[in-house]
Amino acid sequence: MKDCEALVIGGSAGSLDVLLKVFPAINLNITFPIIIVVHRKQGTDSLLSDLLSTKTSLTVKEVEEKEAILAGTIYIVPADYHLLIEKDLTFSLDYSEKVNYSRPSIDVTFQSAAEVYEDKLVCLLLSGSNSDGVNGLITVKNYGGETVVQDPISAQIDYMPAQAILRAKIDRVLAIGEMANYINTIGKRPKDNE
Amino acid sequence: MSNLTAISDEQVEILIGDVLEQYGYDFTGYSRASLKRRLLRLYGLDRQVSFAEFRYKIGNDITYFKRFVEQITVNVTEMFRDPNFYKTLRSKVLPNLGTYPFIRIWLAGCSTGEEAYSMAIVLKELGLLHKALIYATDINPTVLEKAAQGMFPLSQMKQYSENYIASGGTNEFSSYYSANYSLAKFDDELKEKMIFSTHNLVSDHSFNEFQLILCRNVLIYFDRDLQFKVLQLFDNSLDNLGYLALGTKETTDFSPISKRYKRLETEKIWRKISE
Repeated sequence: MKDCEALVIGGSAGSLDVLLKVFPAINLNITFPIIIVVHRKQGTDSLLSDLLSTKTSLTVKEVEEKEAILAGTIYIVPADYHLLIEKDLTFSLDYSEKVNYSRPSIDVTFQSAAEVYEDKLVCLLLSGSNSDGVNGLITVKNYGGETVVQDPISAQIDYMPAQAILRAKIDRVLAIGEMANYINTIGKRPKDNE
Repeated sequence: MSNLTAISDEQVEILIGDVLEQYGYDFTGYSRASLKRRLLRLYGLDRQVSFAEFRYKIGNDITYFKRFVEQITVNVTEMFRDPNFYKTLRSKVLPNLGTYPFIRIWLAGCSTGEEAYSMAIVLKELGLLHKALIYATDINPTVLEKAAQGMFPLSQMKQYSENYIASGGTNEFSSYYSANYSLAKFDDELKEKMIFSTHNLVSDHSFNEFQLILCRNVLIYFDRDLQFKVLQLFDNSLDNLGYLALGTKETTDFSPISKRYKRLETEKIWRKISE
């Protein structure tokens, strides 16, 4: 696995708690963007980014369409849109049909990110009660990226990570307590003389 | 989702070139990530086996090309989508326009017409429908035929009714349609003031002066240059003090027209404040 240039985290039911626990321990000097795709009800966008921004000093913002993707920023996908990534490293939003009964769909963003970041992508799938994200992880692996899931034992709802382990090739299975440490080590490594 | 490697980025450009050359449809300003996803979706849906065959069919079979346009463009919409938006239309925008002798409204990218019928319902409830005209346009003639029928799946009515109530509607939503097997047929009165027509935002010009233009969740599929071009088209088509409404994640910010527009507080509605 090459140095990570983007981390995409997908989750559904039971994933918010994980994010709230992991965020405070993420280093402020991470060298890549973090993109969060979670299923939720419409109209709760600002609530979610407000809540998450209380847990980190990194910039947490809801994605604006055609916005340039910056390292060290945490992006939240808006409710009711799919998120795609363009080759020029900007975001596109898409209001097409739901995928896996979901919009945003985790599969859609994982797949789009895989095409752009290829082997410099890490995708992490958290707790959830459907299998959105699993096909995406298969694509990520095909492009040489790293696939990570929450340890189903630690998940409030284990179906999503368990399905991923069953159907995709998973590089790492992490307990909640291990996630921040992992995230802090996947970016560009500083050279010795820096 | 079909095989993501079935069509390469280069092949996407080849198709865009073919379609422009042979049919005059210009997709060069479309966001590539969305466009490629739609192409792969169509390729998978129609069980295409090779790019060469897919390309040949699009280029040589006019019936298939119609399907291509229909499937490449996104036609997902609902009635009273984003109820708060309609609340603002009902309480602020339309009452203001109601002081005019005549209200011309352009729904650009109207798809299958759900927004047009929502708009007509609000206008009727405000007593303005008789002096309004709704021009509903789309690039895709097939969806316009559906829009003109005013029939939507009955299974959607529960959701639409909830949206309608959340948007400030106080009537019985079911009083606007009659159930016809699995379809809800909306009252003909609502469409008396609608004009359906094809219009391509990329290549067609301004065709009238409007007091209100709605174009929601269309610009997200365009790149920045094309977005600016289309916003300019809207600016050319909007009366002074007219309103422009965009989708919840779209904006006039950063565009050359933004200095002539003032946003209405929380919704994605802008008022033109100078020529």
